Amino acid sequence: MAKKERLKVRQQAAAERTKNFDEVPFGYDDSEAADEASRCLQCKNPTCIEGCPVNINIKEFIRQLSAGDKAGAIKTIKQSNSLPAVCGRVCPQETQCEAKCVLLKTGQPINIGALERYAADWEAANLKTEAPKIKPVTGADGKQIKVAIAGSGPAGLTVAGELAKLGYKAVIFEALHLAGGVLVYGIPEFRLPKAIVKREVEYLKLLGVEIETNVLVGKSYTIDDLFADGFSAVFIGVGAGTPSFMNIPGENYKGVYSSNEFLTRMNLLKAYKFPEYDTPVKLGKKVAVVGAGNVAMDAARVSKRFKGVEEVHIIYRRSDKEMPARREEIEHAKEEGIIMDLLTNPVQVLADENGFVSAIKCVKMTLCEPDASGRCSVKAIAGSEFTIEVDNVIPALGTKANELLTTNVKGLKLNRRGYIEADPETGETSIPGIFAGGDISTGAATVIAAMGAGKKSAAAIDRYLKKNISA
Amino acid sequence: MYKITLKRQLTKDIKLMGILAPHVVRNAKAGNFVIVIPGETGERVPLTIYDWDKESGVVYIIFQEVGVSTVKLGMMNEGDFVYSIAGPLGRHFHIEKYGNVVVVGGGVGVPAIFPIARALRDAGNSVTSITGFRTSELSILEKEMKSVSDAVIVATNDGSSGTKGLVTDALKALYDKGGKIDLVVAVGPVVMMKAVSELTKQLGIKTIVSLNALMLDGTGMCGGCRVTIGDKVKFSCVDGPDFDGHLVDFNELTSRLSAFKAEEKISLDHCKIHLAGR
Repeated sequence: MAKKERLKVRQQAAAERTKNFDEVPFGYDDSEAADEASRCLQCKNPTCIEGCPVNINIKEFIRQLSAGDKAGAIKTIKQSNSLPAVCGRVCPQETQCEAKCVLLKTGQPINIGALERYAADWEAANLKTEAPKIKPVTGADGKQIKVAIAGSGPAGLTVAGELAKLGYKAVIFEALHLAGGVLVYGIPEFRLPKAIVKREVEYLKLLGVEIETNVLVGKSYTIDDLFADGFSAVFIGVGAGTPSFMNIPGENYKGVYSSNEFLTRMNLLKAYKFPEYDTPVKLGKKVAVVGAGNVAMDAARVSKRFKGVEEVHIIYRRSDKEMPARREEIEHAKEEGIIMDLLTNPVQVLADENGFVSAIKCVKMTLCEPDASGRCSVKAIAGSEFTIEVDNVIPALGTKANELLTTNVKGLKLNRRGYIEADPETGETSIPGIFAGGDISTGAATVIAAMGAGKKSAAAIDRYLKKNISA
Repeated sequence: MYKITLKRQLTKDIKLMGILAPHVVRNAKAGNFVIVIPGETGERVPLTIYDWDKESGVVYIIFQEVGVSTVKLGMMNEGDFVYSIAGPLGRHFHIEKYGNVVVVGGGVGVPAIFPIARALRDAGNSVTSITGFRTSELSILEKEMKSVSDAVIVATNDGSSGTKGLVTDALKALYDKGGKIDLVVAVGPVVMMKAVSELTKQLGIKTIVSLNALMLDGTGMCGGCRVTIGDKVKFSCVDGPDFDGHLVDFNELTSRLSAFKAEEKISLDHCKIHLAGR
């Protein structure tokens, strides 16, 4: 026991997968899952659970898997997590549950993510999903109490799922035409197949969650409208949203896309299937992505898969070890031939006579002493300017608070960066009955962090409604 | 899915459509726009709201068939369903009492100035409308503009209807007659808005234009619609679409609007081949 090595997940070879948009890892088969699950020590004090932002009973579901009880395993997971097929794929387990696994000290922590994915995929393939029987919670008028949720990303979906399970009517309003938020417009098909997001959303509908797409809270309906329409509480989970640019000359030339624009064209609007789908994207032979977070890796890897693209660069001002992306994503990108231009910072975008990008002018950087946060600051090396010929530049530099909703709510307290001030334990905002969570209150973070916030908010909304509304 | 309740052909390739969309209508105001997706594989197309009916929940749009999406939309009929319509988007036009306002519309910019003219007049402004078309056959909404304006001047390039010349000629003539103009609002092709803004800058008249940048989500998320206003970069979807015409970098806007010209042709050809095969 525990002598065996962590079982690697089989995946598409790099040379093959850069020619398609299919999912990269295949996931465990039955015997692999059983083998990996059997490595679990079933610790008396399972620290892995503390590492999970939604506190899945990891020890128990792994025990069930090793005993062959797959149906029990998925049931255990779903008690704490409504979106296991998503989390099994995109959670940074290496900094969460797996970082707390006692086997980490042997260098071989249990592959919890792959096991979660396995359980969720097994359920989808083998079980008919059935809605649990839920007793509706009613108000003084005898009608089911309604909660409005702005945004159908990971935070909103989680709040909706939790509230539905408690017996409330959860109605999600989504500005785009498809539900899922960043799961559909941001994360590419090869990391998270859209059919899986759809499946998870269908499960929420089965729980009684209603989803109204094409509705912008703050524009289509104001928050006041929602309360007037009989909603007893509102959760705001609209994401961070607005892209940051480099603020250098030439950034508005044709061929510069924010990572949000680029990924939305590709993932939400399927520009990689143009002209079968009507939305185009114009990429030349050489693409430069600026930044080194997960979104930058996604943009680079999507570019690499697009027909006609030969060379993709990641331009990053610090060095390899400071890259903020998950190590797994960086390795995937390297395997796929993405060129890493490190300690390099763009200073200007150049264009041809028609206004299309022709090159990016950069400067070499050098690392200095670590600052108070422990991260090295960087400075430009004088006279080190050089240009890289490229046809596209994709800044992937993070996001800022989207003000579309927040500035339309009187009395809603925002912090100085424009994010909603919400209690991290409850999601309570400055206005009673209005809760917020996910990127719109924390700034850009992970899917699971938003889900964790959603879960805490749902519990707080339940307490609020019990105290103030329910009969 | 949203039902098409009305379809009218206004000219050979300009159509009026009513779509049942109570979520758009509830808080719609002059100057807002919608994003329509004709069918499931379609693009997200921004279109200015022409009119709306609070009681029935129907929003009205007027569009010219120029690309694959508007051609597809134009083929749909009363009783059909569009895949998606979101809105109201953008900041609505800022209505106050300015005094004497001239609203200038060119081609399919005219439907955009209709609700603005109406709201301005309701707010006590004196409204003169100037509408411009290439030729009389392309002229639209004359009766409607009359119903919301104190005076309407129609200008056609060839003189086949109204006065001969461009909208800027008509605006200059109006100014030369000596009437005081407190505000000009111009919506239409970029060249027209640019020409109007250049003229009014010389004349010292405040001018608001409504920009038609390319965009995806319309909620400030993609940044594709960025425009340079003075020395600042703004998103036309959430910071606009209305901006001070004297500060807009129209040359950059023109260039950015042509970003997908080649793809637009491929897409339209693909659509036509597909239709021919049916």
